[in-house]
Amino acid sequence: MTILAQSNDENLSQILARYDHNPANLLQILREVQESQSFIEADSINYLSQQLGISRADIEGVAGFYSFLHLQPQGEYRVLFSDNITDRMLGSQLLMEQMCQQLWLQPGKVSEDGLVSINTTSCTGMCDQGPAMLANGRAITRLSHQRVQEIGQLIRNRTPVADWPADFFQVEDQIHRSGPLLDNQLTAGDVLRQGLLLGSKAIVDVIKESGLRGRGGAGFSTGLKWEACRNAQGDARTVVCNADEGEPGTFKDRVLLTRQADLVFEGMTLCALAVGAQQGFLYLRGEYRYLLEPLQDVLQRRRERNLLGNNILNQPGFNFDIAIHLGAGAYICGEESALIESLEGKRGVPRNRPPFPVTHGYLQQPTALDNVETFCSAALAIQLGDENFRAIGTEKSSGSKLISVSGDCPRPGIYEYPFGVSVKQVLQDCGAVNTRAVQISGPSGMCIAENEFHRKLGFEDLPTAGAFMIFDDSRDMFGVALNFVHFFAHESCGFCTPCRVGTSMLKQTMDKIAAGHGTRHDLNEIEHLDQVLQISSHCGLGRTACNPVLHTLKHFRPAYENRLKSLDFEPAFDLDGALARARQMTGRDDAGAHLKSEGI
Amino acid sequence: MSKKLKIATTSLAGCFGCHMSFLDIDERLLTLLELVEFNRSPITDIKHCSPCDIGLIEGGVCNAENVHVLHEFRKNCKILIAIGSCAITGGLPAQRNHLDLSACLTEVYLTEPGLAHGHIPNDPELPLPLDKVHPLHEVVKIDYFIPGCPPSGDAIWKFLTDLIAGKTPELGHGLINYD
Repeated sequence: MTILAQSNDENLSQILARYDHNPANLLQILREVQESQSFIEADSINYLSQQLGISRADIEGVAGFYSFLHLQPQGEYRVLFSDNITDRMLGSQLLMEQMCQQLWLQPGKVSEDGLVSINTTSCTGMCDQGPAMLANGRAITRLSHQRVQEIGQLIRNRTPVADWPADFFQVEDQIHRSGPLLDNQLTAGDVLRQGLLLGSKAIVDVIKESGLRGRGGAGFSTGLKWEACRNAQGDARTVVCNADEGEPGTFKDRVLLTRQADLVFEGMTLCALAVGAQQGFLYLRGEYRYLLEPLQDVLQRRRERNLLGNNILNQPGFNFDIAIHLGAGAYICGEESALIESLEGKRGVPRNRPPFPVTHGYLQQPTALDNVETFCSAALAIQLGDENFRAIGTEKSSGSKLISVSGDCPRPGIYEYPFGVSVKQVLQDCGAVNTRAVQISGPSGMCIAENEFHRKLGFEDLPTAGAFMIFDDSRDMFGVALNFVHFFAHESCGFCTPCRVGTSMLKQTMDKIAAGHGTRHDLNEIEHLDQVLQISSHCGLGRTACNPVLHTLKHFRPAYENRLKSLDFEPAFDLDGALARARQMTGRDDAGAHLKSEGI
Repeated sequence: MSKKLKIATTSLAGCFGCHMSFLDIDERLLTLLELVEFNRSPITDIKHCSPCDIGLIEGGVCNAENVHVLHEFRKNCKILIAIGSCAITGGLPAQRNHLDLSACLTEVYLTEPGLAHGHIPNDPELPLPLDKVHPLHEVVKIDYFIPGCPPSGDAIWKFLTDLIAGKTPELGHGLINYD
């Protein structure tokens, strides 16, 4: 055994020890291996396979699933430009070209000296301070030509990312309007003390009475979920906080985790008290890796104050602790059952539902899984009492909601409103003018046009997980839909055929229209594809993948029609061009060696 | 009975297996002939289409002539049907799609041993190959697809009689096989 191999095995054995040699921690183990080695070598996989008692194929299957894990050599420096439409609107594509030129390489390739690779990644959640990138997993905001050039120089000089200027990594909260969540002056432990006075059943009742609904988008009653988890048969209950904020245009959980981490953990611990759980997880998206250490500090502080651990607040038997698991670049893991699979160290493929996580969640045990903002709101409901909580917002959407505003406006950032605020009001507050459209709740949500700006955010009208992307009248809405369609095709988990193939066909059809080969027939095909995806997809990703196209077709049909050839059908490729190779090889140029492009 | 429907058939980059399968409807061909009249088809040896109700095409699109024939069918047929794997996916001929056409021609006509003074055929009589083999629906609009390699005579019979009866064709259990 070489010295190098020996030191690698030592490194791996340390990582394994940190994760108790538990195969359920495989994703976390692989993520650390990736962090220390820039890619996961075959030797490392063999070693892990022996030590964990799982097959190579299983390990490669997991590693192959997540975008941030690599089985092939990558550059020493791995640069990923965030490719959300809001990054593009701020000029990310040009910056990426510039950097590729500066460092002499093509996107998606590793430079010949193995120094650097440059590629794109799905939205990194920095839409209000883009364009953004990840450099070896660290988020960098507010890219400009100058900043990109400086980064290129640092890479050329092989300066370790840890030594790059701190202001590159500065992530601002940009709170422009706050409310009971962001202004919360929680004294850590207060909500838990109130919870202990109430007792676990009464906590569930207060949450039910408060009308709190899940903030991740689906809007299920949080109280009912906790009650179902509490009543479910099982040996060990788990509380999971979904901080896999992957929906493009959403970044409010990032701000809550930065500003109100105690409130998040207080809500989780409250939930544990209510449902009788002893273990908790925060599933943090890999793009927010930089939050890991600060959050762990908060957890540690809470342990020291007896707010986590055994006999919390000296209540005998109230035992609960929270571990943080990091994601590795898979949008689908925001879906609750895929998230649980991922927590168990597997590929993030959504499960069949039912059974739901409340009865069969983490390790098939009862699990209460909620969004970051939901846990904060649950803590708030206990603080205020159900009546006061219900007094905020509307009848069916109680409480306040954080909106992540990005796109064409002078003041992008976080806005907290009581539910029921109109789109128009938000636009006014962030200073948006000449607005053409707003994408509510991300690509899987709704695109609305000016005639609908009177509509209100809330479960009665426009349900939202928080994304609010603004497009002014200089924007081409076809291009917006095209970006979203590419996003879905990239993020499809590949498990079910309708979604795996359907999202790619949708992408191809949109690319065809973008290239000027589209016809009315293609628009019909999109509608047909939508039906297939709606009926037969395994989970919500496939069911919503057509939304961006259908909504923009409804409001901005001319943006599509202008690109169509006015024919019934047209191939996606140039027929005459397809003969060019053969012409070159045969030296022919006669009439028979050409094909007229004729519409049929 | 109203006037007979007109049917045209052809094989592009295919093996004529789908046509052979078509003949497997056996004596039902006589019943079919009471309902339809064949236009351009290997069965009639008519060389060009006139306006038809139904066009049946096997095989994918691999060269310029295929494109011309396909265009002729699309212009003349109210309903155009892709029949068999090659028409629907490119099939066996599409296996060349992962090779560069120049490399293909060079290997076959220039570097293979036994080709003394070989050259790449360039007679204008010969149609030029496209750089890739395409399924029919990538070149023209196709209305229906009959899957199979080849689809059975029964499947073709069911499909055509449905169509002639004005029903949306449906191949139920047993008529589509995946083995």
